[in-house]
Amino acid sequence: MKTTTQTMNRVKTLKIDDRDVSGSEHQTILDVARENDIFIPTLCHIDGLSDIGACRLCVVEIKGSGKLVPACATEIQEGMEVFTQTEALAKYRKLILEMLFTEGNHICSVCVSNGHCELQYLAARLGVDHVHLPYLHQQRTVDASHERFIVDHNRCILCTRCVRVCDEIEGAHTWDVTGRGTKARVITDLNQPWGTSETCTGCSKCVHICPTGALVEKGKSVAEMSKRREFLPYLTSMREKNNG
Amino acid sequence: MISEELQRIGSTTQDEEDRFEHQILVCKGTACISAHSEQVEDALKAELEHQGLHTQCRVKGVGCPGLCAAATLITVQPEGRLYKEVQPEDAAEIVASIKSKAVQRLSIPTNVPFFQRQRKLVLENSGVVDPEEINDYVARGGYNSLISALTEMSPAEVITEITKSGLRGRGGAGYLTGLKWSTVSKAGGAHKYVICNADEGDPGAFMDRSVMESDPHRIIEGMTIAAFAVGADQGYIYVRAEYPLAVKRLQAAIRQAGKLGVLGNSIAGTTFSFNIEVRLGAGAFVCGEETALMASIEGKRGTPRPRPPYPAEHGLWGYPTLLNNVETFANIPVIIREGSEAFAQIGTEKSKGTKVFALTGCVNNSGLIEVPMGITLREIIYDIGGGIPNDRPFKALQTGGPSGGCIPKEYLDTPIDYESLMQLGSIMGSGGMIVMDDTSCMVDVAKYFMKFSMLESCGKCIPCRVGTTQMHNLLDKISQGRATLDDLALLEELCEMVKRTSLCGLGQSAPNPVLSTLRFFRDEYLMHVVEKVCPAGVCKIHHEEVTHS
Repeated sequence: MKTTTQTMNRVKTLKIDDRDVSGSEHQTILDVARENDIFIPTLCHIDGLSDIGACRLCVVEIKGSGKLVPACATEIQEGMEVFTQTEALAKYRKLILEMLFTEGNHICSVCVSNGHCELQYLAARLGVDHVHLPYLHQQRTVDASHERFIVDHNRCILCTRCVRVCDEIEGAHTWDVTGRGTKARVITDLNQPWGTSETCTGCSKCVHICPTGALVEKGKSVAEMSKRREFLPYLTSMREKNNG
Repeated sequence: MISEELQRIGSTTQDEEDRFEHQILVCKGTACISAHSEQVEDALKAELEHQGLHTQCRVKGVGCPGLCAAATLITVQPEGRLYKEVQPEDAAEIVASIKSKAVQRLSIPTNVPFFQRQRKLVLENSGVVDPEEINDYVARGGYNSLISALTEMSPAEVITEITKSGLRGRGGAGYLTGLKWSTVSKAGGAHKYVICNADEGDPGAFMDRSVMESDPHRIIEGMTIAAFAVGADQGYIYVRAEYPLAVKRLQAAIRQAGKLGVLGNSIAGTTFSFNIEVRLGAGAFVCGEETALMASIEGKRGTPRPRPPYPAEHGLWGYPTLLNNVETFANIPVIIREGSEAFAQIGTEKSKGTKVFALTGCVNNSGLIEVPMGITLREIIYDIGGGIPNDRPFKALQTGGPSGGCIPKEYLDTPIDYESLMQLGSIMGSGGMIVMDDTSCMVDVAKYFMKFSMLESCGKCIPCRVGTTQMHNLLDKISQGRATLDDLALLEELCEMVKRTSLCGLGQSAPNPVLSTLRFFRDEYLMHVVEKVCPAGVCKIHHEEVTHS
């Protein structure tokens, strides 16, 4: 008896925003919410990569718990009551987006990703119509040493999707993070120009998975850099099939 | 049998000591070494030889007796004479006086509250045993707790003892140690790990460093008992590299313990095996957070990850892991030796035992103290600490470092425990205690701690990464007299948001120094913002004439 219940995938029922929903164990709150067309904003999360709970946009409230939890990295529990759209959460999410705008140098009108940017989309969707925090005006650099791609640190939000896709999917681990706080930034190999990287395979997965215009293809002008992400769900499902 | 071996070592060490009528104990902690205690030791040895007393008196290097402000400290036994600020030139006079009266100009009275109000459990051997000599630890009953746990108790019984003692984590959060141990013991896994968190990083805190430097075997014994209780086979002590002396003594202690057979394979002839390695932190405050600490041990970038899963279930390299702080482990041998009931008699209803504090700032006796839980802040500052220099008025006590807060004079009679400090918007923390008089500006203090958090934020989550910088900039603006009431409102808004949405404890508690000073010293903030005046005269406010054209 014991072994059968252990191998069986249990179904759990819960409430999200007062709606009765269900999911299988080990699914996250975010998975179940999206299956039920409940919108929770995310930036560091992307289907097919490990979750790190870093951007904090997906934090939700759980009844009976004083702590906010990231929906992307929290598994569902039987009887859980989740609230994704409270007034406090709306305020925090807008502040998080504002913080990103003040930290980097995001100027949509001259950005190759204008119109295809997740940061821009979320800001519009969550109603960030102005930034009331002071801008930090940080000096950030651009590395165009790679023959096909550019990394513009002014537009990087440190979601580390590039780091994870390179490590987990491509298996190259070209990208990593250096530095602390607002001085943290993504680097290639041992903090050297991307063009001199010996591990980069030039696969462009990082470029297409980047939510903003931080990683782009060369030769694109304003608003021309749309991203093609079909490879990730495809690779993920093929790998699951092969493993399972 | 190992217990007979320990007894034999104990009695030979004692016999050796008894051959001398007198002993001079020289503190060899970091503070005293920087005040030339090693030269004092050499001078004393040479002087004993010179005066022909070396067969009657010996010199022994020991750990910290606590009164760091009076370094170099030496003690002459068996009279118990304590000398302060000893220089190598004083050696002749001290040696000459051994058989007569104490040297008055160097003496510190030991019948004063600084010594009498303390209750030493964790520090019982500090300033008494030679930290570089395992035999000295054994002679004072060291490793007996481990042997009795291994040979007379089951792992479950050990956990019950720790649970009944009421011991709570001394790293700051105060989670019940017994409960943590029992969770790890129940977790399944091919391996389990025990980690000692010695990445002490709060500004002004040096409790753990002192324990490691003064009595390293106590930590090894505590960890080994824990490993036996939870079923772990490998341990790590994660020490910050800024503590070279602690690292050196721990490594020596691990080697000695392995040689004696109280660490390593088949400990004390039982089937239980446990090894310990020292890992060095590379100077990141966030690595004191348990998930970041484990990532760092694994060789990864030391950044935290969301919990759950907790380390007890999914820890180092995915295996169940018990993480406790230095002081927590240092309490374990006492609890096993004295029994949980005796331990639970010390302290308050919910906070048992003692707590080691690093008492610093505007206080006459700064140094390391160990007090029973439930003692009031006033007793610590005015009795043990001897009050504030020049009798200046007390303003605030900062506890808990960058995660804690400032407690004003209205609450000086609060008995110390985890709950009471939390109610005051501060935390017990790891034990840093900074006394401030009326020359301290609370905005400046908040700014100082926010700068610390800003520089130590790892950058992983947005609220902490950008929020600490934004809050610091606002505090800077306030301290320069350039802020408006809107800025103050924005600061409060950010405090709430960073506290609630940050990923790890560093970010979640980073606003605490601001929130607590705003709670008790809002007037002082308003003086900076509205009147453009710093009442303590600390902040440099430039009054610029605004010209309208």
